Amino acid sequence: MIVEIGHFALILAACVALVQGVLPLAGTAFDHQRWQALARPSAAVQFLLIAFSFGVLAHGALTDDFSIKYIAEHSNSLLPAQYKFASVWGGHEGSLLLWMLMLSGWTVSVALFSRTLPLAMVARVIGILGLVSTGFLMFILTTSSPFERLLPGAPDGRDLNPLLQDPGLVIHPPMLYMGYVGFSVAFAFSVAALMSGRMDAAWARWSRPWTVVAWIFMTAGIALGSWWAYYELGWGGWWFWDPVENASLMPWLFGTALIHALMVTDKRGGFKAWSVLLAIGAFSLSLLGTFLVRSGVLTSVHAFASDPKRGVFILIFLALVVGISLTLFAWRAPKATLGGKIGLVSRESMLLVNSVLLVVATGAVLLGTVYPLIVDALNLGKLSVGAPYFNAVFVPLMVPVVFLMVPGGISHWRESRLKELGQDMLVPAIAAVLAGLAVWTLTERGSWLTAMGTALAVWVVVGLVMQIVARLQKPGRIAPSFWGMHLAHLGIAVVVVGITMVKGYEVERDVRMGLNDTVSIENYSFELTGVSQVDGPNYKAIRAEFKVSKDGQFLELMKPEKRKYFSSAMPMTEAAIDTGLFRDLYLSLGEAIEGSTPQWSVRVFYKPFVSWIWYGAILMVLGGLFAVSDRRYRNSAASVA
Amino acid sequence: MTSFLKRAKYMGLVLFAVLLTCGSLQAKEAALMAEDPVVEKRLIHISEELRCLVCQNESLASSRAELANDLREEVRKLIRQDKSDSQIKEYLVTRYGDFVLYRPEVKPLTWVLWFGPFLLLLAGVVGMVFYLRQRQSGSSGKQVLTEEDRRKVQELLKSGDAP
Amino acid sequence: MKKFLIPLAMFFGLVIFLAVGLNRDPHEIPSPLVGKSAPAFSLHTLDPNAPLFGPQDMKGKVWMLNVWATWCVACREEHPVLVAFSKANQLPIVGLSYKEIQAQDEPAGRKLSPEEKLQMARERSTLWLKRHGNPYVLSALDLDGRVGIDYGVYGVPETYLIDKEGVIRYKRVGVVTPELLQSTILPLVQKLNAS
Repeated sequence: MIVEIGHFALILAACVALVQGVLPLAGTAFDHQRWQALARPSAAVQFLLIAFSFGVLAHGALTDDFSIKYIAEHSNSLLPAQYKFASVWGGHEGSLLLWMLMLSGWTVSVALFSRTLPLAMVARVIGILGLVSTGFLMFILTTSSPFERLLPGAPDGRDLNPLLQDPGLVIHPPMLYMGYVGFSVAFAFSVAALMSGRMDAAWARWSRPWTVVAWIFMTAGIALGSWWAYYELGWGGWWFWDPVENASLMPWLFGTALIHALMVTDKRGGFKAWSVLLAIGAFSLSLLGTFLVRSGVLTSVHAFASDPKRGVFILIFLALVVGISLTLFAWRAPKATLGGKIGLVSRESMLLVNSVLLVVATGAVLLGTVYPLIVDALNLGKLSVGAPYFNAVFVPLMVPVVFLMVPGGISHWRESRLKELGQDMLVPAIAAVLAGLAVWTLTERGSWLTAMGTALAVWVVVGLVMQIVARLQKPGRIAPSFWGMHLAHLGIAVVVVGITMVKGYEVERDVRMGLNDTVSIENYSFELTGVSQVDGPNYKAIRAEFKVSKDGQFLELMKPEKRKYFSSAMPMTEAAIDTGLFRDLYLSLGEAIEGSTPQWSVRVFYKPFVSWIWYGAILMVLGGLFAVSDRRYRNSAASVA
Repeated sequence: MTSFLKRAKYMGLVLFAVLLTCGSLQAKEAALMAEDPVVEKRLIHISEELRCLVCQNESLASSRAELANDLREEVRKLIRQDKSDSQIKEYLVTRYGDFVLYRPEVKPLTWVLWFGPFLLLLAGVVGMVFYLRQRQSGSSGKQVLTEEDRRKVQELLKSGDAP
Repeated sequence: MKKFLIPLAMFFGLVIFLAVGLNRDPHEIPSPLVGKSAPAFSLHTLDPNAPLFGPQDMKGKVWMLNVWATWCVACREEHPVLVAFSKANQLPIVGLSYKEIQAQDEPAGRKLSPEEKLQMARERSTLWLKRHGNPYVLSALDLDGRVGIDYGVYGVPETYLIDKEGVIRYKRVGVVTPELLQSTILPLVQKLNAS
């Protein structure tokens, strides 16, 4: 019964969303104050209805209600409670409900934190979000309802994919969705600006904090996904250029470009049209990502079960939302006034280069992701575009972006003198070159790639330290956004170090081991001391025990497992990982090998600095948090730039 | 202790020492899975750029699917025959088509793919230079109000958008 | 102001490709072997007294090569279709038994010899065909999958149509359905027979 009420709540929510979408917007068109005022309350009601609906589904999962078809397909009575909860978003229908929970959550947040905004603006933003919500809710209700019944109820659920039974699953999708959906706010602000015809800098100031928060979640979501793949999949990979991964990277790249472009629009009134376009683009890429993942057009390890019918709906929705926004853009954007003068060498021009590079990088990723589809659609055959392509094209494009962090931070608004800039950058430049040369000549496997990665990271770090020192010597309080910028940039440098070091100096040994055999990497040795059977809540496993020694001294025991879940035929590898500040030791247990004495195939990895990839992401998130905490953004009061 | 016991103890110690040595002789440095590390290195290098045909989206290097195992064995065989990387890729493309390559060949069909980003970058840079040129001569800070703007200012003052 | 229409135009283009893509199956891979000579091979067949078989033995005839195995679940779906089709005597159907003996068939601790594998495969396949019907004029045994690789096999069942000169003219990945027989295979067979 409660399930049907949950379903009904969703239907109600769709109606409320429609009201929320249409009336406030009509209210701004016809200057009808009362309709505009409906925006906030309808957002609140919609959120409550969807939260209720989500709660019903979660309750169904937690109480093993296998008369709900979705729960029967994605959950199981043997699952630990947190995974029962996570199974709510383990499949297509439930994940859409999560998406809607987030969308209504973001909308109601806009309603709550927009006291200082003019009512008309709020009405437009919430109205636009309402229309988007209506579309998604219609999609859920017509093609993907999580509340379908299975009568009679199944005796037990089919079980969550063993790969997903992991803390990573509990956080990664919600974080990612918060990001994807969060960009809808910037989108709504920019389309509202287009609609109002007032493409002034105010909308930029209002949307900055929202954009940064969405970016923070997106960063966290992507980093969590990468980290999770690293420890869960069993062979230590952390990025595969899989279409679904690309689907999350593209909005992130645009979001980064948007954050930087908004600085110019906010402070100097420039790049108005460009910022609007980036905002529309970021959310469009989120929607495109949704399409790619759920329609079955692309093969991916992550894709939900595909259904072309759903694909058609999403595509039409995508076409409408983005098509209308871009048409509005073509119509209204030309009227935007230009900002002040921009010097050829200035912070604005650097930020513009940043935008162009990030957009081109996104274009490259998009091109690579959909190229197989295009070639197939033209009946020209089937080809694959994989990691070799993306690495070859993406990395060279990102190097100048990272490089620009230093001159971007040092240069002045409006105009900067090249000579001055050059002098300021001399020290970081020398440090970088020296570091690069050192790595190239002094390390065993140093190459020009590791040299360049190191040089780039050192360049950024020395550059930002110098900027911080210089600023500390000046009087006056330092705004949090200053720390935010440098923390985030530091984060990127740390990520660069992580990637450079692990790719350049990683060591792998693929061996067969019997009891008491040892394998050594660098100054570590691993001895197989035992293999035993282990029973888990919903699996049986073979666990190997390794005695790990460093420089001959005992360090610890590591216990990789190979699990056989009751529900799935595929064995799962639970790698044993020793995470260290400067290196990870990664042990992966393979199959038992036939022979006279028992032996197992084991893969041992020594991964230097790999955790820096995720530490860097944490720094970026911190940087974002500092930036958002800056009151200057959030005082979207009367001051229009 | 009687001399018999002493001798027994001594023998026991010797035996123990011998067994211990034998035991540690048994435990040894693990043998590599691969029979020939040189071949294996080339295999990993090549198969990272090849696609597992029966997987959702995995390279031939990392997949544990049966066909992947078979194809890796096939590649090992070709490596031992001293075939070059491109010959090995050719061998697989003849049988499975371009789909098996993760690094698409550069040919007319993929020119847009390989040169597209570069052209896009060029277009971006050119557009940017034009734009910046334009903004050089722009009014430095002082904005001229258009008629439309004047009207809007009037409206704003009238509507009194309160903070 | 035309430049402001560029994003819309580009998006529009993308949507068209995506729409077309919805109708395509990204898993289906066309074979590069169509139009090329059927790769040669020399394999044992189910009949221990028969000589080794190769595609050259079928020169001068239009014939069908069907890749199958007793462990293949999807093959059971197409098998009755093939059996019925073989009764119509339109063309000879040759079976290619692909990797009949799997890793789990081997007893623990010991590897089977090639002769043992061959015998096991023959027994199992013959029994299976007796039970489900035999559409094949003969069935060649590709025990290690090498011939499969030469033919670009990646998912059983797969079916090839080969002409009188030994050139592959058509490949089907997946089950052969009656509709497919009617719409594609039969017309092609007739065309190839006429030439």
